Amino acid sequence: MVQSLETLMETPSQTAGPYVHIGCIPTFAGLGGIYPEDLGLSPISDGAKGEIVTITGSVFDGTGWAMRDALLESWQADAAGKFAGQDGADPNVSGFCRFAADKDTGEFTLRTVKPGPVPGRGGAVQAPHISLWIVARGINIGLNTRVYFEDEDNSADPLLARIEQRPRVETLIAKRTGDGQYRFDIRLQGEGETVFLDI
Amino acid sequence: MTDQGPLIPRNREIHPNPYDWHYKTSVSRSPSLPLLSMESTPSEETGPRFGHSTLGALDNNLILNWTKGEASAVGERILMHGRVMDENGRPVPHTLVEIWQANAGGRYRHIKDTYFAPLDPNFGGCGRTITDENGNYEFLTIRPGAYPWPNRGNDWRPMHIHISVFGHSFGQRLITQMYFEGDPLIARCPIANTIKDRGQLDRLVAPLDMAKARPMDFLAYKFDIVLRGRRQTMFENKIEGM
Ligand SMILES: [Fe+3]
Repeated sequence: MVQSLETLMETPSQTAGPYVHIGCIPTFAGLGGIYPEDLGLSPISDGAKGEIVTITGSVFDGTGWAMRDALLESWQADAAGKFAGQDGADPNVSGFCRFAADKDTGEFTLRTVKPGPVPGRGGAVQAPHISLWIVARGINIGLNTRVYFEDEDNSADPLLARIEQRPRVETLIAKRTGDGQYRFDIRLQGEGETVFLDI
Repeated sequence: MTDQGPLIPRNREIHPNPYDWHYKTSVSRSPSLPLLSMESTPSEETGPRFGHSTLGALDNNLILNWTKGEASAVGERILMHGRVMDENGRPVPHTLVEIWQANAGGRYRHIKDTYFAPLDPNFGGCGRTITDENGNYEFLTIRPGAYPWPNRGNDWRPMHIHISVFGHSFGQRLITQMYFEGDPLIARCPIANTIKDRGQLDRLVAPLDMAKARPMDFLAYKFDIVLRGRRQTMFENKIEGM
């Protein structure tokens, strides 16, 4: 025998199920009035510094169907690369947003400020990006990925550099479709499968 | 001290298989390629914080919050309580815990739920709270009913409460489900059984906790939650090129 480790184990995940909206965005789910408003309606408030961008996309399952029930959360830095709570962070950027695929079209929209570059490990600099977490019925453990931007310099980003199959890098890059407009589709499985992260 | 160092890598073996033939929806909703592993960065180590001012007085009382205290929900009254900790055994204070569940008959208040158990006019089905300085949380609710669902020919979900926890880092984000001690449907449930190690599944089964039950009022179930921890060491190496 050896001494026992004091480390605990993380609680196992379970799917968020088809009714995750009841718990996380009840007003959206038709349970209006239970809270004054849903949590994380916007990652920014009036006066946020930086370029306002709108990212539109869908979450596709392995059959190519745009999922109507996906719930997403985003977390990001402000335009200067500071996260909420850090010294000097923009008080008008909470950095957190919760948004759902439209129940008729399966399309989601995230309106936010474009984040600045943020520090990585060991003094590295990470290109501007938004972290995403995706849950839905059939997803047994939430999926992490990132949104980078086509019109930023992504060449020295440590995470993108780790992707061996270079064409897959494109799955993490939002495509510019207009002034401040981007498209970012997420494919859970199969052709063009998004790079999901274990970090 | 607690908020230093990278997140301890996730032990994926304790978690459900993303792909499980018996849980049919997971078949087309699970990545087929390996995840990209990398040490965490400030993007995953920071995370949103929610203040107590977010909460209303009845937010963690599902028996009363739908009617704003006017009338009680139908069902077996229970206190669901526990502690949120990290893998280092430290409490996770001031973190948001959200729950949602079916009513006592096994029906959700949702447009897509067409099960013919009746809606309870006095029950909404969601609640939220923030852990105290020791990581403790409490909800007053009713025990949800089991319900059938379209999967294989005759699958039933055991009684369960869905739980979402934030922690302090975006990389700690977790959604899971609490089951109830003694429910024979747990062993038959394809969703519960996406967790392959029965010992790990047992960690989602809350024991009856008579010490917290209040006579003539409610029973209690205890459900502790462990979130990912952060590596604590005096030595932090820089990896070349990272
Ligand atoms: Fe459920």
